[in-house]
Amino acid sequence: MKVELRILRFDPERDEAQHWERYELEAGPMDRVLDLLLKVKAEQDGTLSFRRSCGHGICGSDAMMINNRNRLACRIRVDQLGRKISVAPLPGLPVEKDLIVDMTGFFEKYRSVKPYLINDRPAPERERRQSAAQRALYDDTTKCILCAACTTSCPSFWARPEYVGPAAIVQAHRFIFDSRDEGAEERLDILADENGVWRCRTIFNCVDACPRGINITRAILEVSRAIVGGRG
Amino acid sequence: MDQSYDAIVVGAGGAGLWAALELAREGVSTAVLTKLYPTRSHTGTAQGGVCAALGNLEEDSPEWHMFDTVKGGDYLTDQDAAEVLAHEAIETVVELEHMGLPFNRTPDGKIDQRRFGGHTRNFGEAPVRRACYAADRTGHMILQTLYQQCIKHGVEFCDEYQVVDLLFEGGEPMKGGRAAGVVAYRVADGQLSSFRAKAVLLATGGFGRMFRITSNAYSLTGDGVSLVYRHGLPLEDMEFFQFHPTGIVGIGILLSEAARGEGGTLLNDKGERFMERYAPKLMELAPRDMVSRAMYQEIRAGRGIDGKDYLYLDVRHLGRKVIEEKLPDITDFARIYQGVEPLKEPVPVQPTAHYAMGGIPTNAWTEVVRDEKNTPVPGLFAAGECACVSVHGANRLGTNSLVDLLVFGRRAGRQMARYCGGVERPRPIADAVEPVRAQLEAIRGRQAGGESVAVIRRELADAMMDNVGVYRDGKLLTEARKRVKALRERYGRVTIDDRGTAFNTELLEAAETGYLLDLAEVTVASALARTESRGAHSREDYPERDDKKWLKHTLAYQGARGPSLKYKPVSITRFQPKPRTY
Repeated sequence: MKVELRILRFDPERDEAQHWERYELEAGPMDRVLDLLLKVKAEQDGTLSFRRSCGHGICGSDAMMINNRNRLACRIRVDQLGRKISVAPLPGLPVEKDLIVDMTGFFEKYRSVKPYLINDRPAPERERRQSAAQRALYDDTTKCILCAACTTSCPSFWARPEYVGPAAIVQAHRFIFDSRDEGAEERLDILADENGVWRCRTIFNCVDACPRGINITRAILEVSRAIVGGRG
Repeated sequence: MDQSYDAIVVGAGGAGLWAALELAREGVSTAVLTKLYPTRSHTGTAQGGVCAALGNLEEDSPEWHMFDTVKGGDYLTDQDAAEVLAHEAIETVVELEHMGLPFNRTPDGKIDQRRFGGHTRNFGEAPVRRACYAADRTGHMILQTLYQQCIKHGVEFCDEYQVVDLLFEGGEPMKGGRAAGVVAYRVADGQLSSFRAKAVLLATGGFGRMFRITSNAYSLTGDGVSLVYRHGLPLEDMEFFQFHPTGIVGIGILLSEAARGEGGTLLNDKGERFMERYAPKLMELAPRDMVSRAMYQEIRAGRGIDGKDYLYLDVRHLGRKVIEEKLPDITDFARIYQGVEPLKEPVPVQPTAHYAMGGIPTNAWTEVVRDEKNTPVPGLFAAGECACVSVHGANRLGTNSLVDLLVFGRRAGRQMARYCGGVERPRPIADAVEPVRAQLEAIRGRQAGGESVAVIRRELADAMMDNVGVYRDGKLLTEARKRVKALRERYGRVTIDDRGTAFNTELLEAAETGYLLDLAEVTVASALARTESRGAHSREDYPERDDKKWLKHTLAYQGARGPSLKYKPVSITRFQPKPRTY
């Protein structure tokens, strides 16, 4: 079938502002938006630029706004979208070229929550023990692929770019609720800051946007509760 | 621009990150260059597990792991390296747990383990639970955990810097020169810089993108492997490329062997578990080369589903709980990319190009070696899929890719730190970036209307898939050689639309296509010369393994008229070659 693909384009060396370009192409119902972008680049305009790597929803390179929702281009099919498809870069981050945004600030926020296991005790000879129930407390947030779809879908982040954002809180959650970690207090202090968890208005955009199906709002609430009532 | 460090790590997958971590712990000034962001690396897509003989659920031993690795590799595996792999697997997996990796757990809180293809107890008796795993996102968790530790230890990353050339001091490496750094292209603005260093680690991953149906990321174009070859160094055992049995039909996305490790079965059109005819003992858990061949045999005999070129992977009987707790991602892949519900229907699968056993020859300390006597190139290291130690021989066992990049990534960091302590930094090299600038400008500056990068890449992938796949013969390979040669000629006239400097991904794809063409040429030449069948290299005109003539590694050097081949002996320490049955 014929599909009409509109792409918000921007070339910093040629354009003053972003503008929409329209492309018509043949596509099948099971084609992903990434397939369409690759086809446009191969057959119609080699200057079209976007990030991609694994092509099946694990590396997190190709998050973008597709029909007004943040998604991974490699995980959304034509039959889920219809014949008219619009593609724009993730909102709220500086656009560098076409669908490529500057991820620097996003990764700085990630780093700010100390996203690594903190435990300075000497390690045992074999593995530390952890029960399946203890592991289940943070399993959901280990799925995060740092694609930025959640943070850039969040109205609180759009309104206040200093907000640490859902992705960083998810990463903090992954350690705060890990029985092997001893850095919860440091992280909770960081997230109790004016740009921390209290900026969340439980709008649930992040949950809709997450390509990994993480219940992000619940994770944020669990972190908020830990700040108020201790780690529980 | 010219920058200088003690060590440069190229690539930020598992091997590169662990090496960087070791270097940081030793206080060695290091930069990690990656053409992606580190968390986008392909290690993240590994699913099923990482084998280590922890013996958490049943008796196991690193000797058995070593034996399985050697037999799985059809005795082309270097046994000294396999011994290192099997023994150090245990401490690296435990160390990963200490770093915070969220492994699935046994009821008593230890790391849980499951079965995987070709991993057995007591030298081949029956499958053993050896694969440590975190659901079916083990690679994702390894990549995340190592990146987290690198952040903790202050590792310096240069994200979206694509390495486009290697630097040497005192002559080219075949004439005794030592590694002196790399040239990198900054993707954001096209700036070329030299990064001088005493030690360079290539950890650039595989090159499955030379095939049409592949599990590999778009970025897996063999950059580091090709650059080494262009500097006159040999590539080892390039004829051995693994086809994983269970790819999603048509697009090649992987459905982990863990599905079979948990009890999933393979069925033909008659509903038969056909593997009982090919590997009665291990059935679906036979090594991948054998399962992929069995699938082709079934398809040829007309027993593909509806007579077509695919078969079924059936996990329905595992039940919802096992599937959701242990195989959630691959279930999701089947739903999204194939529109199939694995809880209710069998999933159509076909073999997909997956893993390069061959690559840059190294010794067991990851030093790149340049000849049949294993003479090291000072300061140049390689680890992970781009390297050939060789622990995988003619066919890699499932999970051993993760074991490989962990064990040898760690060794690379340690050996580089030792090496850096004993040498001076190389001096600045005049015009270091100019040769590669000229190559790139030739592509960018060429008048429009020449050959298209996308077309050449697609035709290459077709040629390799059609002629250099699971089964090969002299006629197919000769035709492949012709087709690749013609594509190389056309590549000389390639033109692009994008003349800019900002995120010129088209220019970089053109360069990557050049790398793939090099590696395809070497793969075909090595495969044509090897007139036997061993592991993943199956010649229908030479169906038997021939230890008398071919128990040796191929070394391919760039020559004036294509690759020239030499051979080096296999290290055999413990296990004499035997017929390979399962």
